[in-house]
Amino acid sequence: MKHEHLARVIIVTLLALVLALPVIGKFLWHLSYPAVLEMHARLPESGGWSPSTITVRSGQPITLRFTSEDVVHGFAIGKLNQPEIEILPGEFVEATLTFSAPGTYTFYCTRWCGPNHWRMRGVINVIGDGSTPTPEPTPLYLVLGIDLDTPHRAEIMPHRMADPQRGAKLKDRLPAYALEHTTYLSNSPASLWMRLRAEPSLQVLNDDDLWDLVAWVWEQHTSPQAIATGQKLYAQNCAACHGETGQGDGVMMRDLSPPPSDNHITTYNGHTRPPDWSDPRQLLGASPALLAGKVTRGGMGTGMPYWGPIFTPEQIDALVAYLYRFAWNALPEHPLKR
Amino acid sequence: MLRSRWPQFILRALILAGFIFTILSGFLGSQVGSHNFAIIFVWIAWWSALKLFFIPLGGRTWCSICPIPLPGEWLQNKGILRSRGPQTRPGKRWPRLWRNAWLPVFGFVLVGWFGAIILTAPRVTAFVLLGLFLLATMLSLIYERRAFCRHVCPVGGFIGLYARLAPPVISVNEPSLCALHTKKTCYEVCPWEQYPPALKTSANCGLCLECLRACPYNNISLRLRPWGAELPLAAKMGLDDVFLALTMLTTAAIDTVIFLGPWGILKSVAYTIGSPAWWIFAASFLLLTLVIVPAFYTLVVWVAERIRKERFSFKRSLVYYGPILLPIGLTSWMAFTLAFASTKSSYLLPVLSDPLGWGWNLLGLTNHLPTGQTSSFSLALQTLLLAGGAMSATETARKLSRSTRESIPLLAFIATYTWIMLWLLLG
Repeated sequence: MKHEHLARVIIVTLLALVLALPVIGKFLWHLSYPAVLEMHARLPESGGWSPSTITVRSGQPITLRFTSEDVVHGFAIGKLNQPEIEILPGEFVEATLTFSAPGTYTFYCTRWCGPNHWRMRGVINVIGDGSTPTPEPTPLYLVLGIDLDTPHRAEIMPHRMADPQRGAKLKDRLPAYALEHTTYLSNSPASLWMRLRAEPSLQVLNDDDLWDLVAWVWEQHTSPQAIATGQKLYAQNCAACHGETGQGDGVMMRDLSPPPSDNHITTYNGHTRPPDWSDPRQLLGASPALLAGKVTRGGMGTGMPYWGPIFTPEQIDALVAYLYRFAWNALPEHPLKR
Repeated sequence: MLRSRWPQFILRALILAGFIFTILSGFLGSQVGSHNFAIIFVWIAWWSALKLFFIPLGGRTWCSICPIPLPGEWLQNKGILRSRGPQTRPGKRWPRLWRNAWLPVFGFVLVGWFGAIILTAPRVTAFVLLGLFLLATMLSLIYERRAFCRHVCPVGGFIGLYARLAPPVISVNEPSLCALHTKKTCYEVCPWEQYPPALKTSANCGLCLECLRACPYNNISLRLRPWGAELPLAAKMGLDDVFLALTMLTTAAIDTVIFLGPWGILKSVAYTIGSPAWWIFAASFLLLTLVIVPAFYTLVVWVAERIRKERFSFKRSLVYYGPILLPIGLTSWMAFTLAFASTKSSYLLPVLSDPLGWGWNLLGLTNHLPTGQTSSFSLALQTLLLAGGAMSATETARKLSRSTRESIPLLAFIATYTWIMLWLLLG
């Protein structure tokens, strides 16, 4: 009987020990690493970031310990120039962050982890003293009252590839307003062309000459560095849906049908692909303010994410400048035969 | 030493603790399979050890230390270490309808069907283990003896089938002594419902050694016989056993294709349960397991039977040639396991260092990056195993046949299957 009792004691003790093991382990772990916040990354369908909201005092370092529970994710904070952190499934990686200014920061996944990748975002609220960052100006599309959701196809289009270098030779004929930055921001290439066409002083120029001038104007408001920045941002963040060549056939969209009409209009029947930018009418009818607005606000109901909390205004400008390349480069080098 | 219950008990108690920890870690730990103790220790360590060592060397030795029925047996016998005696808690007899291998066949097909997800998702593994644990405990409260182990456990079915080939066997020293002993103590204490003096096959003997301990004359002992000694007779094989053996052949091949084959897409299809592609996979799996392979075997038996002059009933013929399926099945599973384990065994140490995938580093090995590779040694061993299985099956086929002509269809079956496995594993 003594043996039987001993056997029972052994079984019960072993089971109790095993059941307590995870709890004891977790407790000891917290004792040795008290100030570390564990951050779990999952596909948005399974919960996204956990926690998704973090509050921290400005100036106080916070150590985050990342791990992924499914696929490879990436961590970056919008508008901050910090290297992204790669998070591998089951592995742990730590990073210590210090925020100097109070405010709201959005962090996001930088890997195309799944179809809802862009929903994988969270917020860091930085509270406390320190100079509050100057509030960003109201986006131009709101100032100008542009409706982002109406179709904006260009009514007219160049017959051949517009050449800014040919345009440069004619630039002295341009009216003064055409050189202003606000004109560039608030006009689409097509609407600027129409304004120029209506100028009596430019009656002597043919239609193609005017397009060369418009292309020259567009080039004046960007720089090779900005184009390079825009191209990089596009490849990292936009190409997944819009496609590397802007045709709306990115890896995340291949199963969807092309948009039914001339615009990327929401239907309640589900999403379609983004518009095909190799059709120049799509972008030549859009002003930089409109495109920047779409990037900032996102496409209502289209699945297009809002990038306002993530890109700086300079980054958005660079991106918009890069987007026009899709339209200009899609034009035929020689005039279309009609 | 075998008469003392202590060594076996201590081993079982430790394994029970490990088993409970496995379930816990499946539920609480990281859901990334490669970083969870439950996945790595159940499907890489235990499952491989079972197929490479326990079964071929020890038959049902695993059953003798399996922790799953322990709580049920405790409740049944009102004690862990005491002699079982005649059943202290009267249980019902297991229903006649299910006194066969059909439930284990069903269980094994089910596990194979959902294998891709059971083998990779820690939570699913934990659910399966917990389910088996609860089922075993519940059944021991209703039915007598180890009803779950004997008639339900899918792993038990698998082990029992190949235990026929393994060396350990319980045998009686002096049969005349048993004939005179009217009390049949050994039968009364046997959790597996076996009567040792009449034991013709090791298939259903759990090697728990209770008979050895209960025999008042010390007339029972554990012996070792040559490997495959039971083969030509394969006594007491039923149609259910033959079907189980065929299922084993098919699942060994399918698992090789899914887990080791160059078709990565197949693994992802097997994983996306419910998708249209998965339904195609599921249907082909069932078709292959339940129809095509059994039909091929039936055809082979039909031809062999035509050639044989003396005719049995067809059902008896199906059973008669069944033993040829055992060696090729066991060696195929061993070869598959060898290939699987040699590429995955490097996961073992990191997961011991961090069993729950919570980033612990108990042994300082957490960041040892697993490097899976197949060595030429392992490939040679796989070839050797498959060849050995084929040879043993051929020998069995020859012994079962009256003429060389009769054995030709059987040899064709053995050659076809071995060739497929060789191609899948090495080709």
